[in-house]
Amino acid sequence: MSSLTILAILAVAGIVAFFIGRMRSIQVCGGRQRNLHSRPSYYGYYLAILTALPAVILLAVWSVAERPVTKYVAMQELPPTVLQGTDAEKALTMSVVDSIAQGLPKLGPEEYEVLRKARFGFVTSSDARDVLAKHGVVLGSDPDRSLLAAADELASARATSRLWLPIACFGLAALGFFWGYTRIRPELRSRNIVERVMRSGLFLASTVAVLTTVGIVLSVLFETIHFFQFVSPMDYFFGTVWDPRFATVGKAEGQFGLLPLLWGTLFISAVALLVAVPVGLFAAIYMSEYAGSKVRAFAKPVLEILAGIPTIVYGFFALSVFGPLLRDIGGNIGLDISASSVLTAGIVMGVMIIPFVSSLSDDIINAVPQSLREGSYGLGATQSETIKKVVLPAALPGIVGAVLLAASRAIGETMIVVLAAGIAANLTLNPLEPVTTITVKIVSQLTGDLEFNSPQTLVAFALGLTLFVITLGLNVYALYIVRKYREQYE
Amino acid sequence: MTDQTASLASFTSEAATKKLRKRHRAERRFQMYGIAAILFALAFLVFLFASIFSQGWTAFLQTSIKLPVDFSQEVINPSGNPDAEDEIFQANYVKLAREALYKQLGVDPNDRKARRAANELLSRGVDVQLRDMVLRDPSIIGTTEDVWLLASDNADALMKGSIDRETPSERRQVSDEQIAWIDQLVDAGNMKKRFNTGLFVNGASSNPETAGLGVALIGSFFMMLTVVLLAVPLGVCAALYLEEYAPKGKIADTIEVNINNLAAVPSIVFGLLGLAVFINFFGLPRSASLVGGLVLTLMTLPTIIITTRAAIRAVPPSIREAALGVGASKMQLIGHHVLPLSLPGILTGTIIGLVQALGETAPLLMIGMVAFVVDYPTTPLEPATGLPVQIYMWASSAERGFVERTAGATMVLLAFLIVMNSLAVYLRNRFERKW
Repeated sequence: MSSLTILAILAVAGIVAFFIGRMRSIQVCGGRQRNLHSRPSYYGYYLAILTALPAVILLAVWSVAERPVTKYVAMQELPPTVLQGTDAEKALTMSVVDSIAQGLPKLGPEEYEVLRKARFGFVTSSDARDVLAKHGVVLGSDPDRSLLAAADELASARATSRLWLPIACFGLAALGFFWGYTRIRPELRSRNIVERVMRSGLFLASTVAVLTTVGIVLSVLFETIHFFQFVSPMDYFFGTVWDPRFATVGKAEGQFGLLPLLWGTLFISAVALLVAVPVGLFAAIYMSEYAGSKVRAFAKPVLEILAGIPTIVYGFFALSVFGPLLRDIGGNIGLDISASSVLTAGIVMGVMIIPFVSSLSDDIINAVPQSLREGSYGLGATQSETIKKVVLPAALPGIVGAVLLAASRAIGETMIVVLAAGIAANLTLNPLEPVTTITVKIVSQLTGDLEFNSPQTLVAFALGLTLFVITLGLNVYALYIVRKYREQYE
Repeated sequence: MTDQTASLASFTSEAATKKLRKRHRAERRFQMYGIAAILFALAFLVFLFASIFSQGWTAFLQTSIKLPVDFSQEVINPSGNPDAEDEIFQANYVKLAREALYKQLGVDPNDRKARRAANELLSRGVDVQLRDMVLRDPSIIGTTEDVWLLASDNADALMKGSIDRETPSERRQVSDEQIAWIDQLVDAGNMKKRFNTGLFVNGASSNPETAGLGVALIGSFFMMLTVVLLAVPLGVCAALYLEEYAPKGKIADTIEVNINNLAAVPSIVFGLLGLAVFINFFGLPRSASLVGGLVLTLMTLPTIIITTRAAIRAVPPSIREAALGVGASKMQLIGHHVLPLSLPGILTGTIIGLVQALGETAPLLMIGMVAFVVDYPTTPLEPATGLPVQIYMWASSAERGFVERTAGATMVLLAFLIVMNSLAVYLRNRFERKW
């Protein structure tokens, strides 16, 4: 019985328990509902919670624990030579064991007998191999006896677990139901109990966001530490050559210098900001200071559409239209612009982050008190002089915050650069040449075959951590500035 | 003192008027910069949409050739046993299509060169097309039927005008002979562009003419379903807790700062999380749309929480106090009043989160959804791709036919997003309440 089926049955049981609990509460008060502490439905919820909740929790814990526990049982059968090997060798062995174990339940009783005999050495293991091959489990060589033993144990542990899981879950549900049923009395403060459970549920939901952050930090950090066992942090942080070579298990051939990638990322982001900051800022100024309500009602959504377009669309546009266009323009005026130059990716990315600059700046400019403007007008300044000399200086910290937020978007942006920026890591100052970025390399190191014990794959996590730290730093600082700025005028 | 009087008198002097005019010009210039900035953004938007549309609209049409195909028993089922499925499955359907084409064009079957040239007109996917017809209805074996067969990538490009007839034949991918044949077929009404249902139905293929979005659409659907089922309840519950219950203090602040920062974490980092936690740790299969959905759930959660909190905060205190005043508990206040009243805002926020999730690509690349999936996934645990990932894969292909399809797929994606956004705007306008 699959976990999903069990879950569905528990849900139905919960609904049934709700109605029974409701009925029971009316029964125990003899139909006089005002004698009940809570409304009848709360007794229903009470019983439903007692029936379904513990069983669902058990189901969840069991499902998570099943894999490691069964794997541990199977590992006991493997000879010490395998257990003392590297993680990669263990993983390889376990994957063979796993594929045999998945074939075992398909065998007929006689065929299984062959396998048992092979396990204990009464027949050769090539017989077992033939039997398995008949059921779609193709092995590269004759399996070792210990492998068959491990697979046998794994399969039986799994079967046991699959057998006991529904029994345990339904048993717990029944237990909860009967215990709750006997406890339903008019004095039972069921509403308070139900509300406390619901409140805990709400609290748990709000911790998911925190858990996600913890998950990101831990998972990326763990793999990064693993990476630093192959490559020294000095070579990573201060290396100027990026040349990871091929993923050969456990060998740190190749160089993993962060600097060229970091430079590429910052270079493209700088070009993007050169586009986005003037355009976004002027658009924001015009919309908040000059535009009438009609223009505003039109221009604001138009700018927001720019933020709503998926980045893959920008990437495709940069790759198929904008890059070739820039190259042709460059060709006409005698400049040699590569189709995947810094300019291509930078300008398209700049357009993408215009709304991040403009909408936040718009809010911030609007928050500048009107009295400051009026004071300036009273001294005879024109509107633009007021904006330049009074409004913008007053709004400056907030605008810096907006620009930092936009910068963090640009640094973390992936699809535009994956499609439109270069592949080779270049340390160049020329914006007409291609460079590559951190995100591009994360993607290229993690697509295709993954080998979790090679620095070639693990470096992606180190790059991810670098990216996470940079963007987090920018965000925290930007939010701090914006918040401080808001407090100033509140 | 005299200086000041002089300067006061000089307000109307020529120098002062000149300076004033200069200041007014600066004023107008400043305004122009603002207008120029907005026009720049608008022009870019128009350029983006126009270039994608002009490249992509032809993807919704596909050239087909009508041929009288002889489903000969000899080729398909020589043993005569209708149950010999292997035999029917492996029959040489390409031969059937090609022979029909030779007959139609009047190609000499003994002229190898001409035969090869004629073969190039047909798609390499015709065998699947014919095989599926036979498998669906075995009774057509032995009959001759008119079938619209897909034309090859090059023939399609010529029909759509993306191969120029004027280019010298040695640099053209379609020979003069083939053009003559195509004209002959077109004149007889046996070759034309038809609506490309394959674009929406087919799975992955290495031939552009038979590649489609079918698997990607199903994958995206599964992912959106996961996001709706998980992110919405979690997000709404979290927002309720933070707005209604969380005591002001360290914990609430931590969660709050956390959510704001999570909203700004680069999406690719969520992909790394998915790879390390869901695939490596929990052992969920790679390329599965369930994993994609889980990653997108975590990514959209902050958006949903933030918009829901805003909607909850908009419920006026008078309603809360009235409910508490007549003896409702806090949970009853939430369930009976706060939630129903903030529902439109929550819905709008949910749709905005879904729009974000539907267009997101980078995290899906990390969890292996860049896969060549031919068969429809039937459960979220089977390998699938997603709409944006399919666009990415096609964008990285070199063939000309894929460029058109990439733009076409982009149009499909944008259409979905426009519909969803319009729905959000409609809901907001229809149900928004001003207190």
